[in-house]
Amino acid sequence: MTTEKLLNEKPKVINIGIELFYESLVKQGAKVLQVNWKPPASSDEELLDILDRL
Amino acid sequence: MVRILRIEKEHYYDSVTMMKVTSEISAMPGIKQAAVAMGTPLNKKFMVDVGFDEGKLAEATSNDLVIAIEAIDEGSLNAALAKTEELLSSTSHIKQVATFPRTLDSALVEMPDANMVCISVPGQYAKREAIKSLERGLNVFLFSSDVLGSDEVELKRKAEERGLLVMGPDCGTAIINGVALGFGNAVRKGRIGVVSASGTGAQEVTTLVHKMGFGISHVIGTGSNDLSREVGGITTIRGLKLLSSDPGTDVIILIAKSVDPKIADIVLETAGNCGKPIIVNFLGSEHKYRRWGNLTPCSTLEETAVEACKAVSGRKISIERPDLFALARREWGRLSDRQEYVRGLYSGGTLCYEAQKVLLPVFGKVYSNVPIRPQDRLQGMARSRQNTCIDMGTEEFVRGRAHPMIDFTLRKTRIKKEAEDPEVAVILLDVVLGYGANPDPAGELVPVVSATRESLAAEGRDVSFVASIVGTDLDPQNVLEQEKKLTEAGVAVLPSNAQAARFAAMVAKRGNL
Repeated sequence: MTTEKLLNEKPKVINIGIELFYESLVKQGAKVLQVNWKPPASSDEELLDILDRL
Repeated sequence: MVRILRIEKEHYYDSVTMMKVTSEISAMPGIKQAAVAMGTPLNKKFMVDVGFDEGKLAEATSNDLVIAIEAIDEGSLNAALAKTEELLSSTSHIKQVATFPRTLDSALVEMPDANMVCISVPGQYAKREAIKSLERGLNVFLFSSDVLGSDEVELKRKAEERGLLVMGPDCGTAIINGVALGFGNAVRKGRIGVVSASGTGAQEVTTLVHKMGFGISHVIGTGSNDLSREVGGITTIRGLKLLSSDPGTDVIILIAKSVDPKIADIVLETAGNCGKPIIVNFLGSEHKYRRWGNLTPCSTLEETAVEACKAVSGRKISIERPDLFALARREWGRLSDRQEYVRGLYSGGTLCYEAQKVLLPVFGKVYSNVPIRPQDRLQGMARSRQNTCIDMGTEEFVRGRAHPMIDFTLRKTRIKKEAEDPEVAVILLDVVLGYGANPDPAGELVPVVSATRESLAAEGRDVSFVASIVGTDLDPQNVLEQEKKLTEAGVAVLPSNAQAARFAAMVAKRGNL
């Protein structure tokens, strides 16, 4: 998906974070999916940092 | 006095949800203070500072929900606790839908044709989610702030390499093909495109374009830091190029509040070569740009919207109220000779800045927590001085509560306080509508305006209320209904923020501008 193509289509959104933004997109009739995101536990975060660096 | 401090392990709610619950609980009878928040170091410090048990709070981590309430008696405390539980379970409808995916990758399985990821998780986690999105070929709208400048550059370069767009970090609004992301307004579709580093700046301009009968193709948000020396305008330049090749866009508006002069030159060079009329508003720039080639520089957001509508239609257009002077005379007719100052109480940062820009030449000095000139910085937020404009969306005001576009509590208190000052002539307000904003801002303001007027009347005084509304008739709150409520309460409603600020000065100066 390039950006040029994005301007020719309606946004189809994955929302990670504030639910209010998900609700706004639903109200507008946009295609949207909410991610039930949680912060990683601190030990997980260290592990993810190591994985990111690999 | 009774207190409760409850920690719920591994319960996560987003910041807006928790702030809404906090404000609702705080407003209940018998409640002295309340905080419903994640156990982050900052939130815990705030709770310790107001007297909650430090030892117990040490047990909470950033992944745990903390409920801290202080009340005058057991009955009030129990009622507040029950309400907290009710609100948390009802607002979090997503929690009840067990099928919602927990990661970006599982979301992509359900929505393989997704083309945009909207990220508003806390800053320290935002970069990881944004990188993942880009690596999966998705554009990013990054609302989260508190992302390092070096990380912003990394994300934007990665996006460039892949032909993708990163709008943000700290991006408040965007509109892509009529769909608003973040805090945006419902505006008519049209042929004016916007590239903006300022969220409320873009909201003001797009709603003014709508009010003048024209429409918007796309709004590409860049994030507030894009035109810094470090970031170098990567998204702004990309946005200009995208809109210049977009067949649905005839005229481009370019808005930014803070701009590095060297980056401004680079961006304007791109703008100069893009072959479409560009209306430029570098609000906070000290540079004086002259009209040349396809570039039209503007100083206010109203002028920017007017110039864009002129360029797209070839017609002369104005949005100025024709009865300005008569209306101002009516307003200053209410005032005593001692009342000479303007106090602006703002929810939109760029609107607060623009108001100062309008008021400064009239008064010579305008105090603020975000002053145009460093020497005009307000010492201590609690007291305004002479002419003052306060941005109530800054960190010191939003700590532990939702943004003032959502939560009007602090602004309502401040309105009463400003009106008590016998030297205040005008209380100047912005009212922001749209997706994500308070469902009825006029409903919040009218009771406080009326109560303030009544208590002043008892002392034989009055004050002038002046406002502008950032919104359209298509917004969920409907600008026409909001304007009617405010006007009926005696608020002078002007068509733009710049005009409201000019009008406030006219009232305070009794027409001698």
